[in-house]
Amino acid sequence: MKEINSNQSQKLLEMRKISKSFPGVLALDNVDFDLNAGEVHALVGENGAGKSTLMKILSGAHQADIGMIRMEGRTLKIHNPRIAQDSGISTIYQEFNLIPHLSIASNIFLGHEPKQFAGFISKKIMTKETINILAELGLSINPDILVRNLNVAQQQMVEVAKALIYHAKILIMDEPTSALTTAEIETLFATIRSIQLKGVGIIYISHRLEELFQIANRVTVLRDGKSVGVFKISEVNKKDLIRLMADRDLKEYYPRIRSKVGKTILKVSHLNRGNYLKEISFHLKQGEVLGIAGLLGAGRTELAQAIFGVNQIETGKIFVKNSPADIISPRKAIKAGIGFLTEDRKHSGLVLKMSVKDNISLPNLDKLSKYGFLKRKDLKNISLKFIEEFRIKTPGINQKVMNLSGGNQQKVVLSKWIARNLDILIFDEPTRGIDVASKVEIYNLMNQLTAQGVGIIMISSELPEILGMSDRILVMHDGKITAEFDANNVDQETLLAKALGEVA
Amino acid sequence: MIPKALIHHGRQLGTFLGLIFLCLILWILTPYFLTVSNLLNILEQSSINATIAVGMTFVIITAGIDLSVGSILAFSGVVLASTLQAGVPLPVALLAGMLTGTLCGLLNGALISIGRLPPFIVTLGMMSIARGAALVYTNGRPISGFEQSFRWIATGKIFYIPMPLIVMFIVYFIAHIVLTRTKFGQYAYAMGGNEEATYLSGVNVRFHKTMVYALCGLTSAFAAILLTARLNSAQPIAGIMYELDAIAATVIGGTSLMGGEGTLVGTLIGALIMGVLRNGLNILGVSSFLQQIIIGTVIIIAVLLDTIMKKQKR
Repeated sequence: MKEINSNQSQKLLEMRKISKSFPGVLALDNVDFDLNAGEVHALVGENGAGKSTLMKILSGAHQADIGMIRMEGRTLKIHNPRIAQDSGISTIYQEFNLIPHLSIASNIFLGHEPKQFAGFISKKIMTKETINILAELGLSINPDILVRNLNVAQQQMVEVAKALIYHAKILIMDEPTSALTTAEIETLFATIRSIQLKGVGIIYISHRLEELFQIANRVTVLRDGKSVGVFKISEVNKKDLIRLMADRDLKEYYPRIRSKVGKTILKVSHLNRGNYLKEISFHLKQGEVLGIAGLLGAGRTELAQAIFGVNQIETGKIFVKNSPADIISPRKAIKAGIGFLTEDRKHSGLVLKMSVKDNISLPNLDKLSKYGFLKRKDLKNISLKFIEEFRIKTPGINQKVMNLSGGNQQKVVLSKWIARNLDILIFDEPTRGIDVASKVEIYNLMNQLTAQGVGIIMISSELPEILGMSDRILVMHDGKITAEFDANNVDQETLLAKALGEVA
Repeated sequence: MIPKALIHHGRQLGTFLGLIFLCLILWILTPYFLTVSNLLNILEQSSINATIAVGMTFVIITAGIDLSVGSILAFSGVVLASTLQAGVPLPVALLAGMLTGTLCGLLNGALISIGRLPPFIVTLGMMSIARGAALVYTNGRPISGFEQSFRWIATGKIFYIPMPLIVMFIVYFIAHIVLTRTKFGQYAYAMGGNEEATYLSGVNVRFHKTMVYALCGLTSAFAAILLTARLNSAQPIAGIMYELDAIAATVIGGTSLMGGEGTLVGTLIGALIMGVLRNGLNILGVSSFLQQIIIGTVIIIAVLLDTIMKKQKR
């Protein structure tokens, strides 16, 4: 494993000695980064390591304090996103910048519409060019279809097509696979390879280290705002990368410690809801982690929502501690002792404008108030307790959660439920988009909880996580539970086959 | 080193400095502005808008809007007036007025939170309904002439301080406590910041949202009491366009129309800015036509400054 000496004469992109500080933080410290034409260069690091700041500087959202950016040998001053775009730098964010009620073609040409005389838009040219560009990406789809009718993977293709229309030479992809199924990821990789051939350089940011070995040529590791090194992907392995990112060997990536399994605390029988849930029956015991595997759209989240009272079930019964529970709202679910960590913490887990303290206390205010008045001391103490216990990195309890990193935000969501002392916790994608160190902390927390007798249902799209952290695993496909395994007696391939609906 | 409190209350401080700046300019332009009697006059004139803006602040914090406050004021006012003239004891009449406002607000809230209708539409409808109700109730005629005990609410003084100011400050004090120190206040911010996350945290969103609109109806009724007592008359056409002044005061005071943030201290300062501006322009003899242009400009500049400052913070 040795660092590459990058002294070739003309790089597509060179970023030299980039530094950037925000009030109180040195986000980037003397970072070098370069990119060749036709290369996939991965950028990895824990949350807060500086990846997004570096990319925001490249895309013009932030300006570097010090440092230089050169593209194809010319110095470039990127004062705003428009300059970046005009220079051929495009970014595909995790949240797409598409307008759902416009067609594919209109989205691709938005702001760059081919004009005929008198400023009228030429729909014909748009349609034709869209078909061409989609075909290059290996997608044959009617360009008049509205974007809201596409699935996530197709929408991503539209984003890529948009970048190509803008004549992008550099494409930044931020966690492009986080919402994709395994099959869709393969398609995405094929697309990436085809645009690579066109000489486009791709900066690829991902937490899923496995992927890098399939798609990346080189990898740059950032840690605490510094570049730890640039490596050819063939010269490193996953363990090396984790060690470089975290600067410590994570001996146990999935540190599950099985707890003593107690009585059944949740029993679900013959749950039905339209096409989403069909005849779902299962149980959960004290101290157990029950993993639920399955592809996107298999009904996993719908199941969690049904148990938590978000969506009404049509038929079926839910028993909590052997007594039937009438769960018609989240409020009733919480009263019955169930907590739900949703898959999208920004959209449904946190009030981003509110402080760490206010978010942790939100589901607990009935206990933290008297005659409607807040017990301000208790509020403060409980927040301080969780910040310390879970090592939430925040300047204070009054910091707005929107200013925290993903991993720390997730710890706030966990705190708000754990503060409630519930018996049953449903975790939907608990480690999505968060850094390795925070992941392990969350796993350890799950161990602590089950040791205290809490039963955990964990929904995850990451099979290693399901295998590593569950005691028992249910597989869902097409709204049904298709298999149940002891986590010790099953492998990834079997789970995947079941999730894909294959009958063994 | 900037004191922590200053950062925390930076937004209010900005608005407050704006108010001081405005006062300074008017003081330079006219000697009449900075007299005790004129300042008290401004506060008194602002008290009605400021009182309505209390409920409006709660509503806007939940990312809603209430266009019906002016009409609810009129309806509560005429109900109050008619019960007073019917000879019922003063507290009962006051209660009747407050109940009218609260019920209108409750209906707004129920339609918005249970009927899942947009606040803009519901309160636009209520704006017309409550106005119509006031007109039907009075046959379009004002109800005038009340006993001194009632009029004292607007004309009386305690230790040289006019009663409307005392009423206004009491309303603000209680509402501030409710907004910052109670579960209800916390839920208001949470619903405005992220309604889904709040619902999923087990909060009874429907109930609390309904109550926010009921509270807004109640503060409109408080304003109706002040206005009726001051004019010694309740007009079914009172309070037209008051919703816009209340929204302006709230927004100038730093409450975001997107919901989730805002303070009552800010709103009070916002209402005072509006009052000072009106008063100053009157003293300077600026035509009422031109006044509208100036006030509109000030509202836009205030929000523009706020937006720019927020962007820089990021």
